[in-house]
Formats: sequence, C-alpha cells, structure tokens
Amino acid sequence: MDNTVVSTGTEGKTWGGGNQPLKSSYGKMMMWFFIVSDALTFSGFLAAYGFSRFKFIDAWPIADEVFTHIPFYHEPAPMIYVAFMTFVLIMSSVTMVLAVDAGHELKKNKVIVYMFLTIIGGLIFVGSQAWEWATFIKGDYGAIQTKGGNILQFGEYVEKDGEQVFKRVALRDFAVASHTDRVQHESKTGIWFTSEGSLPSFTVEEVIHGLEANTDILVRTQLINEDGEKTVLSRSESVKQIKDNGKMVVEGANLQVNEYGTPLFADFFFFITGFHGFHVFSGVVINIIIFFNVIIGTYERRKNYEMVEKVGLYWHFVDLVWVFVFTFFYLV
Amino acid sequence: MADHAHKLEILRGLVKFKSNTQKIWGVLILLTIVTTVEVILGIYKPHSLIQPFLGMKILNWIFIILTIVKAYYITWDFMHMRDETKALRRFVVWTAIFLIGYLLYILLQEGGYVFDVYDREYIKRDF
Repeated sequence: MDNTVVSTGTEGKTWGGGNQPLKSSYGKMMMWFFIVSDALTFSGFLAAYGFSRFKFIDAWPIADEVFTHIPFYHEPAPMIYVAFMTFVLIMSSVTMVLAVDAGHELKKNKVIVYMFLTIIGGLIFVGSQAWEWATFIKGDYGAIQTKGGNILQFGEYVEKDGEQVFKRVALRDFAVASHTDRVQHESKTGIWFTSEGSLPSFTVEEVIHGLEANTDILVRTQLINEDGEKTVLSRSESVKQIKDNGKMVVEGANLQVNEYGTPLFADFFFFITGFHGFHVFSGVVINIIIFFNVIIGTYERRKNYEMVEKVGLYWHFVDLVWVFVFTFFYLV
Repeated sequence: MADHAHKLEILRGLVKFKSNTQKIWGVLILLTIVTTVEVILGIYKPHSLIQPFLGMKILNWIFIILTIVKAYYITWDFMHMRDETKALRRFVVWTAIFLIGYLLYILLQEGGYVFDVYDREYIKRDF
C-alpha cells in the first residue's frame, strides 16, 4: 500500500491534529460530560419540585415540622440530623480530594487510607438517609384526609414560657378505640387480584368520638397564614370540618397519602432523595472497586492515579447535588 | 503528572495556601462555616428576614446564594475546575447555568400562574 497518504502537509498547523485545546484527558472529559447531563436531570427534578411548590405556595408542608427526628432523642429538633448528614458528605468529599492529591504524588498507602474513609462516609450517609426515610414513612401524629384531599391535623394550645403555643396531638392520644369488624382485605380472602395495604390504627368515627370527648383539641389546616404558620380553626369549626369532610385516617407518608400535607411533597421527597441516594450508593460501589484496584497496585504499575481522580469527580458531584437538595427540601 | 500545578489562591487571592492539602482543609473550613450559618438561620428563622423581596422571602434568597457559594467551592476546588482550561470551564458551567436557569424560569413562572388560577378563579379546593 505505498500509495497510502501518510503525510497531509498540515503537520504543525492548528488543524493538523494532535491538539488538546482543553488539556484534559479523554476519560476526565467524558466524566465532565456525564456530570453536566446528570446535573440537568437533577435540576429537572428540582425544577418540577419548584413548580409544584409554587402551585401550592400557600399550603406546602413546613420542612421544620416534618423532619424533626434524631436517633435516640425524642424531643423535636429540626435541622440537626440533616446538618449532620450534610457534614458527613462534605467530609467524605474532603477525604476523596485528599486521596486524589495523594495519587498525584504516587503515595499508594495514603490513597488507600483516604479512599477507605471516603467509602465509610458514603455508607454512613446512605444509612442516615434510610433512617430518615423510615421515620418519614412511619409518621408521628397522624391526620385526617378530607374528600378534597386536604390534610387536617390535630393539636391544642398549651402554655409555654408565658405564651400560648400550638402543640400537636397524636391521634393515638385522643381517639376513642372501639370494636370494629373491618379487617385488612388480602388477596387470599376475597377476589384474588385485589388487596389493600395495612389499615390505619383508627377509623374516622373513632377520631370523631375522641374529638368530641376532648374539648381542647383543635384542627389545623394546610393553609399558611401571614406569620408563616399553619391556620388553626376554632373549636366549632374544627368539629364541623372533621364531621363534614373527614374521609380517611392517614398515618405517615407514602406515594399516595402524606400526613404532613400534600402527597406531592412526599412523592418528590422520595423520588429526589431516592435518586440522590442511588447515586451515593453507586458512588460507594465504584469507590470500592477503585479502592481494591489501588490495593492490588493497578495504578502503581501504571504510574498514574487518574482513575481515582475520575471517580473523585463523580463523588464530588454527588456532594454538589446534595448541597442543592439540602437547600430546597430542608431550608427554603 | 509532574506538570500538575494547582492554583492555591481562593477568595480572589485573599487567602493563599502553601500546599494543595492545606487548600483542601481551608475549603472544608469555609464550607463548614457556610453550612453552619445556613443551619442556624434555618433553625431560628429571624423575623426580620421573613419579609418578601423579589417574589421570595429574603431568608430564602440568602439560602440560595449561600448554596451557590458552596457549589462554587466544591466545583472549583474539590473538582479542580480552577486548574482546568478556561474553555473546559466555560463549556461545563455556562451550558449548565443557561439550561437550568431557563428551565427554572419557565417552570416557576408556570407554577405561579397555576396558583393564581386556583386562587382567583372558580376552582374550589377547600372541601
């Protein structure tokens, strides 16, 4: 093949090839491309969340009243646990970037230690998120859903530091339990293709009896007043609302109902933090693979730890997304 | 990898670090301070910051700005965007900012409109 053109006459010119205008390796560039597209996916979700929130701007659940739990501590304490989770993720980002830095200096043992710490941080974060989900699904006070899908919650005014404060009351603390024949319908007891989820602990009638027996208890609606607090109805209005419109007892949150307010809040919470948690999980798996590659000396022989840098980019991106999820679900 | 030089200044040269490791810890301190401020504001919600400003509470604007500050330092220092070429930086950042900003504008505008329809027109939700 002596007629093959091996020289184009453009060597050394800008268009002669061999240029690296971005001075970045192929692998890193592709990771950046992936990160941009993944960032667009996440911002699509968050923008959809913003849409729904603006649509129900006067009735959206207040995050500080929803996420108030800390393990082994039973007083409501908003923000603390999620701040801890955020700090864990930032910390694991730091150990990751330290691993990348040690990789540049070809210090294998340091890379191993920092990668290990990164993986531990990722696991703590995913575990915390699972716990957060579990408490959200379980719920704490319970509520009544109306025909129109609105949530009515219960509480009473108590004296605290000389001020009247509205304190939430759980259904189990005032509902009058009575005998009921209503049992959970399972596919084996009736038509084989229908079944239902577990029944709430109380029926609407039991809640109404309890409400009539406890004259202090008032109903709180979803609507937010000028002070940024949920509206509390008067006693007569409370009883009337529950009797006229109460349709279903709701405990906890899932994709259909949400005792804290509009079900959309729960849907977006599960979907967005779930998608983020899936990223953290896959990040941990990828980190573990690279961790073992470092241990068996793959990159030592290559004299190049760029692989650590690439998974590092992904790991930092997961942290970056969490910064936004944290703001839009817990702060704003 | 010998030619791998890091830019060691943050805050426009206000703070200059001696080594890359030191810069990483410095950025961690900065991110921790910003997060702490966010958490404290989130717990106490000072009454003076609840007033609306440009369609949102001032407090929410503060949260969003602080978030963008954090995002900047994560991208620039942890993801080493500071050390990449200007062209790569612009491809990534401007593309994302343009598309995300556009999407946010459209969806939030529409969400506000749907709220107005529910609020003012003849659709009953209170039952």
